[in-house]
Amino acid sequence: MGVGHAHALYVHEHSIIHRLPPETKVLGVLLFVAAIAVTPREAIWAFAIYAAIEVVVVISARVPFTFVLSRLLTVVPFVLFALFLPMIGEGKDVVFVGIPLSSEGVWSMWNILAKSVLGATASILLAASTEVPDIVRGFGRLRVPAVITGIASFMIRYLEVIAGELTRMRTAMVARGYDPRWLSQARPIASSAGTLFVRSYERGERVYDAMLSRGYTGEMPAIDSHTTSAGEWAVALFLPLVAIGTAVTAFVTL
Amino acid sequence: MHAPDGFLTAGTAMATGAISVSTVTIALKQAKGQMTEKMVPLAGIAAAFVFAAQMFNFPVAAGTTGHLLGGALAAILLGPHVGALVVTVVVVVQALAFADGGLTALGYNVLNMAIIPAYGGYAAYSGFRRILPQGRRGVVGATGLAAGVSVIFSAAAFAIQWLFGATAPVPFDTVFGAMVGVHTMIGIGEGVISALTVGAVLSARPDLVFGASDLDRAQLEESDRAPLRVFVIASVLVTMLLATVVSQFAVDGPDGLEAVAEDTGFISSGQEHGLTDSIFADYATTGINNEGLSLAIAGAAGTIITLAVGYGLFKALRPRGKVLGH
Repeated sequence: MGVGHAHALYVHEHSIIHRLPPETKVLGVLLFVAAIAVTPREAIWAFAIYAAIEVVVVISARVPFTFVLSRLLTVVPFVLFALFLPMIGEGKDVVFVGIPLSSEGVWSMWNILAKSVLGATASILLAASTEVPDIVRGFGRLRVPAVITGIASFMIRYLEVIAGELTRMRTAMVARGYDPRWLSQARPIASSAGTLFVRSYERGERVYDAMLSRGYTGEMPAIDSHTTSAGEWAVALFLPLVAIGTAVTAFVTL
Repeated sequence: MHAPDGFLTAGTAMATGAISVSTVTIALKQAKGQMTEKMVPLAGIAAAFVFAAQMFNFPVAAGTTGHLLGGALAAILLGPHVGALVVTVVVVVQALAFADGGLTALGYNVLNMAIIPAYGGYAAYSGFRRILPQGRRGVVGATGLAAGVSVIFSAAAFAIQWLFGATAPVPFDTVFGAMVGVHTMIGIGEGVISALTVGAVLSARPDLVFGASDLDRAQLEESDRAPLRVFVIASVLVTMLLATVVSQFAVDGPDGLEAVAEDTGFISSGQEHGLTDSIFADYATTGINNEGLSLAIAGAAGTIITLAVGYGLFKALRPRGKVLGH
């Protein structure tokens, strides 16, 4: 069920990948991940190409490899599940070091491992090279409804504030000797969650009043005047198009 | 439950994606009517609350903790449309900015973690409110039960998607039993924390609880709070009952079939490869023998979830007198 999300994945750098306009990166990553997802699992060489593409991006974005590996931990529960597949899969038709395995299960393990790790790496690279508000702006430029991007920007802007309040509440509880072991000790957690909701909502109302007094009419003003050049699109979409070509070739040759 | 890329087939990803996009479109339209121009700041900060609430670790059993999923809680506090929308934004941002959950898995992740808990949880909440006494205790009790049920709904929904889009040769009933079993435990924690959270909000700002907007202040101010211990014991009992019912389907079914096979004598030939002692060896046969039963469980669970989500949508789409806030 994962862990908390206290910090975003952004790595401050001045690379060619960091400089690309966010909408080109968002679309590029979506195309790249879609190509991976539809690739037949038997085309092992295709996954090698995808991995090579990601290595190229890691190097050109100057993101440390150790950083990418440490952030890949979010897929661990699913990887563990995948590792059991050869043992629990139907039809044991292979024997490997005395253990009966299902060859169908081995293929499934490979499929889930390859696609989840490659997909997560692509997401990590997007998040490492693009600040979160820019990712949201990229979606806005890709014509995602303004209400959705608006909610997302507010959420991101106030996440630190609200998470900070939560941390202070927890510190206060621990300082008073709170150490929950059993579910029946859950009341303090819940009452602070309730307090946090009321505080968040009231903060939302104050923010709304403040916006209203500055002329807010229900739509955020457009201050975004950047136009993306064809060259930038070409740079961003080159590798994803290579991946799509790979996926198509894999389909045709299998 | 933030599933990664490639966990279900591309077709399932696209089908669930289409369902999610169309439901979010409805939610967006309805939420706009409910919150008017306050929508963006209020829903945005509520989303930050849900995001932060997922960092609350609560004890599940001695030594282990789980964290709040918050779909049903958001629907009861904010209304199902705003709730579904807010949790959708949380799940999408988690995938994009925190690499938690695959981008091509967003279709089923949004469906399982935002839409089904919000609408299904709200439907369960309305149902429980009908049975339970009116007033504060009814609201708190219904929240706890609905939040617990909503987690089981999403686990079952995932298992059903597995039936259609499995990428591995693991039979549906194994996945269903494991998912629902584990999530029943998580559901207890989710239920207790959600109920107590709504109770705390009712004490401070009862007007902020969307699910209690049909009650007036006097009905909410009754002070006798049900002792927490009673609530925990009751939810454990309900869960054990549910788990027993589920395990009857998931485990006893195959055993029953095997018993029949042994009685009729045709299982003896199965001994020859010497693997029948292993627990896993059973799954290989049960999966095949049990196809009809798997389909029956999947069908029943799927119908219940679809009905619940549909009822939640219907319930939420009906015009109502009160508007959220004040």
